[in-house]
This record gives sequence, C-alpha cells and structure tokens, in this order.
Amino acid sequence: MTVPVPTPVLEARGLSRVLPGPVPVTLVNGVDVAVAPGEFVAITGPSGSGKSSLLYLLGLLDRPTSGTVLLEGRDTAPLDGDELARLRLEKLGFVFQFHFLLPEFTVLDNVLVPMRKRAALPRAAMTEHALDLLDRLGLADQARKRPDQLSGGQRQRAAIARALANAPRVLLADEPTGNLDTRNAQTVFDIFRSLAADTGTAVVTVTHDEHLAAQTDRRLHLVDGRCV
Amino acid sequence: MPLLLTVALTHLAGRRRQTLVSVLGVALGVGFFIAMSALMQGFQQFFISSVIDVSPHITLSDEHREPTRQPALVAYPLGAVSVEGVKPRDERRGVKRGLAIAAEIARLPGVQVAPSLQGQLFLRYGSAERNATMIGIDPAAEARLTRLERDMVAGSLHALETRSDGIALGVALAKRLGASLGDRLTAVAPSGVMRSVTVSAIYRTGITAFDDGTVYMPLKQAQILQDRHNVVNRIRVRLSEPTEAPAVAARLEARYGYKAESWQEANQGIFNVFVIQNAIMYSTVGAITIVAAFGIFNIISTVVFEKTRDIGILKSLGFAEADITRIFLMEGLAVGVIGALAGWLVGYALVAGLSSLRFSFGGGGGAMSSDRLRLAWSLYHYLAGGAFSVVSAMVAAWLPARRAARLNPVDIIRGVS
Ligand SMILES: Nc1ncnc2c1ncn2[C@@H]1O[C@H](COP(=O)(O)OP(=O)(O)O)[C@@H](O)[C@H]1O
Ligand SMILES: [Mg+2]
Repeated sequence: MTVPVPTPVLEARGLSRVLPGPVPVTLVNGVDVAVAPGEFVAITGPSGSGKSSLLYLLGLLDRPTSGTVLLEGRDTAPLDGDELARLRLEKLGFVFQFHFLLPEFTVLDNVLVPMRKRAALPRAAMTEHALDLLDRLGLADQARKRPDQLSGGQRQRAAIARALANAPRVLLADEPTGNLDTRNAQTVFDIFRSLAADTGTAVVTVTHDEHLAAQTDRRLHLVDGRCV
Repeated sequence: MPLLLTVALTHLAGRRRQTLVSVLGVALGVGFFIAMSALMQGFQQFFISSVIDVSPHITLSDEHREPTRQPALVAYPLGAVSVEGVKPRDERRGVKRGLAIAAEIARLPGVQVAPSLQGQLFLRYGSAERNATMIGIDPAAEARLTRLERDMVAGSLHALETRSDGIALGVALAKRLGASLGDRLTAVAPSGVMRSVTVSAIYRTGITAFDDGTVYMPLKQAQILQDRHNVVNRIRVRLSEPTEAPAVAARLEARYGYKAESWQEANQGIFNVFVIQNAIMYSTVGAITIVAAFGIFNIISTVVFEKTRDIGILKSLGFAEADITRIFLMEGLAVGVIGALAGWLVGYALVAGLSSLRFSFGGGGGAMSSDRLRLAWSLYHYLAGGAFSVVSAMVAAWLPARRAARLNPVDIIRGVS
C-alpha cells in the first residue's frame, strides 16, 4: 500500500535572495522546502541566519533573486504586485514579533480589516465570524477594546485572530513568542498546533525557543541562509 | 463606511488640530476666491453696463481705417506701381450724405440713430476761458439715444431745442467758467466764426472728461459755428442688442466705407485692463491656494510618516499599492471637500458683508457713480472655487500618497521587529 503524497500547499525551489550593492549580501541561499497542508513547521537557526528573510519570501512579501515559491502548486514568479497582494489577502496569514494591530481600531475592527478588504461576506457574517475567532482565542470579552488596553499575550492572540480572518491556507509567523512570557508563548504554540491539526492550515513559524520548536512536526534549520 | 475611507478618516482624526488648520486654509482660499470673483465680475459688469448705457453702441465717423488708395494703384492692382510724394487733398471733411445715411440706418430694426457734428470750441465768459469739444446734436434724437436727458441737473434738452442759441455745459465746465443757467457766453470756433450762446442746460455724467470738456448745442448751431452747413461727421447708433455691435459695425463699415467703431472696440483698452485685473486676482487667490495645498501636503506627509507601521501591515495583509494610494488621496480629498464647503460659507458671508457696505463720495451722481460695491452673485464662482480646491488638494496629496504606496513592507517590518 502506498501512502498518497499530498500536494504541498507551499513550496520553495532553489530560493535565493541577494541584496544588491557594492558588496552583495546573501540573505537566503538555495533553499528547497515543501510544506503540506496541516503541517506545523519550525524554522530555527542562529540570529542573522536568514530566517526572517526566508519567511518574507515564502509569504510573497519579498521577491527572490532566483528560485521560486509555489502556492497551492501555482508558480508565483510571474505574478505582479497586485496579484501577490491578492494571494496574501486570501491564502496567507502573518504574525510577527510585534503585533502590528491598528492602534485606533478595536480588536474586533482589526480582525475585520482583512475580511472587509476581501469583501467576500455580508457585513453581519463578517462580524459573526470575527467574534467567533476571538472567542476561540479566548478574547471574547476583549473584542470592543483597543489594542493598548490589552496585555502582551492578548495582543498577540488578537494579531493571530486577524491573520486567520480570511481562513488562510498557510500561517507564517516570525518569532511570534519573542515578546511573550513562557506561559503566553505556550498558549500561542497550542493555538498553532490545534489550528494545523483541526483546520488543515499549514503553520510555518520562526522560533529561537528549542522547547517550542520541539513541539512542531518538522524543523528547518538555517545557517547562513542555507538549510542544513 | 468603506474600509479605505474609515482608515483615512481615522488618520485625520488622529491629527485633529493640523487637519483643522488645513481645512481652514482651503476655506480661506475658496472664500476669498468667491468674494474676489464677485467683486471683480460685479465691477466689470457694472462698468460694461454703464458704458452700454452711456455711450453709443456704434459710432460711424468721417474717418477711414486705411488711407485712400491712389488711383494709379487702383488702376493697376497687379502692376509694379509705386506712388510717392502724395500730398493729401484738402478735402471737405464730414460724412458725405451723412443725414441720408443716418436716415437709412435708422430704418434697420431695433436701431436708434443720432447724427452729430463734432468739433472744437473756445468758450469765454467774462475773464474765464475754456476749450471744449462741441457736439452738435438733434436734442430729440439724443434723448432717445443717450442718458444725457437723465443726467441733466439744471435746464433740459428740450430747452436746448427751443432756442437757437442754447448750449448745454457739463457741471465741471460750468463751474470753471463760473457760468450758470441763463448766462450768455461767447463761443469761437476754429473756423473763425464767433457767436453768442446761452446756457440752457447743465448736466453731470460722473465722468470728469465729459463734465469738464464737452458741450452740446443744436446741430444747426454747430454747423453755423463750424461753417459746415448740412455736414455731420458722426453718426451714433444704439442697438436693442448691444452684444451685436461688432457685427453691425462691420456691416455698416463695409456698406458706407467709413470707420464704424463698436463700443467693444472703443473700450478695448479698458477690457485689457480687466484682463490684467483678473490675472492679478487669480494669482492672489492662487497663492492662497498654494499655501493651503502645502498645508495638505504637510499633514499627509506627516501621517504617512507616523503611520508607516500601519502601511506595512496593511500591505502584508494584502492591500495593493492602489489601495494605499487611495487611502491618502481620500485624506486629501476630505480636507479639500470640507475646506471647500466651509469656503462656500466664508465666501457667502464675505459677499454678503461687502454688498451691505455703503460709501458716500461727495458730489456723486451720474451714470458711473455708485454708493455701494457691485457684486456679481454667481453659482459658477462657488463651483469653480470648490473644484479648484478639491483638485489642488488631490494634487497635494498625490506625492505623499505615492510614497506611502511604494513603501516596502519588508523594510517596515524588519525595522520594527
Ligand atoms: N537591508 C539589509 N541590509 C543589509 N543587511 C541586511 C539587510 N536585511 C538583512 N540583513 C542581514 O541579513 C542577514 C539575515 O537577516 P534575517 O533574515 O533578519 O536573519 P534572522 O531573521 O535569521 O535573524 C542578517 O545578517 C541581517 O543583518
Ligand atoms: Mg529575524
């Protein structure tokens, strides 16, 4: 009996990123990686090894110098800026070390931003879905508050809720626990874990924390922009 | 409310004071534009209607635009003929068959005609002496053609008609001569003829050049003084439709060969002044608007700088460059539109205030004088001011908006993490 190999939802082929200049800097150097739906992957490596750079490339925020990223099997190299933005809106979610919530908007309104931009649902359904997301992340009673009224852990969960607003195929996180204490960091990883397991969303997260990295399905170790 | 507009208004709400100042700048620009336009256009319209009211619409005179063509040139139009040393003939001046022509023109529909003879005159009263332009008129036709009857402050045109030696003086000239109604003056014409005349009317047009230098007398009297019997040298025409004057003048000129000058042509110099006046006004208002536009440029640049983080995250969330551009253009648009609306109120208030002002100039009276500012109320001023401010707000917002749209989210996110 053969185990069917699922099509990777996200795949990098020979991915390189070089900063041009008098002394060109290689950030990412020939990375090949494939992430399956529902897979939970950690990117680890020393500081300055190119983890963030790789994540930006995978998240279609930056363009590779050579190589390509395939999203749901589709080559993204020929796409223009607007098409990449569309893919980010509909298929990808980002969480960074800093929460990047819009400070004037309530938590609920922050979560509604990607949904309203996509405009795939009636307004009432958007609100219902957003409140549901916040409830699942333990923020039900924080929905009407503004980010500065939340704790660090709550803010990061609000940012995760916003990243999940349009039900992305891949969630990309860059040291999402970098500003959190151990307990809150563990909560975030628990959320990722069940997200991958329950909804089939692939989760790719950069982390420094060995203990947390050990909880993922697979680890990708970077040194000097190379996978080792 | 659309998402992009929500974000845009949030940005402005975060800078309430600066937004208010920008809105105020736009409002002042629009307000002044409306007030200045009303003032200028009002004055110019008033002036033009006064000109139309006071002066003939067309003056046919015994002049030609081109010197008379020499017979040799007429005979050989294609020949290499050059005529030199021509001496002008001492012609008897005046419009030939002038009275017949006047009668002919008077038969056109919607037309009033007054033939006249214009010349110089020297007036003496006691020891006072003045030069004046003498216009010999048919008082009845004059009353129909010009305001002269209405401008009389003493005596009447009718009095001029009833006695053969009557003369009408301008109020300033009468004062200089020290003459008043009923006084007898001595008139000497360049022809050498000298006659005694009686002041039978005094008028005030409000135009000093007239009031100080023009006298009217019956046509017959003028012809005798000038020793030019049955001659007229001006045929003045009024039309029911003054705007048609240039076309009618061109027809008359083609038909009779004499120079026919429309009121538009006669006042060309003033209209050129109006053009300059308008240019000055529009550059003043333009300067205000540029300052207002700088205010808008400034606030939006500040917001772009302040909200760099938000721009980064919006782009990572899937907002395209065009979306970001739109957010900041909307901010400019909001300031422009609110400023324009406030400017309409400012403009309305200014125009209302200016039109309620009253002046008293000593003397006064006559066609050109007015105790108030003439203001033209026009919806067009409001629309033009509004459109101009909105467009300049958009232009001012464009540069920072483009800069925001081109920000690289990777640089922003790296800078924060
Ligand atoms: N704009 C840049 N100019 C110069 N060096 C850069 C720039 N961006 C990143 N780098 C360098 O590239 C390397 C990889 O950076 P990054 O991907 O952020 O690493 P990591 O996330 O693993 O710490 C680092 O040494 C970093 O200093
Ligand atoms: Mg990093």
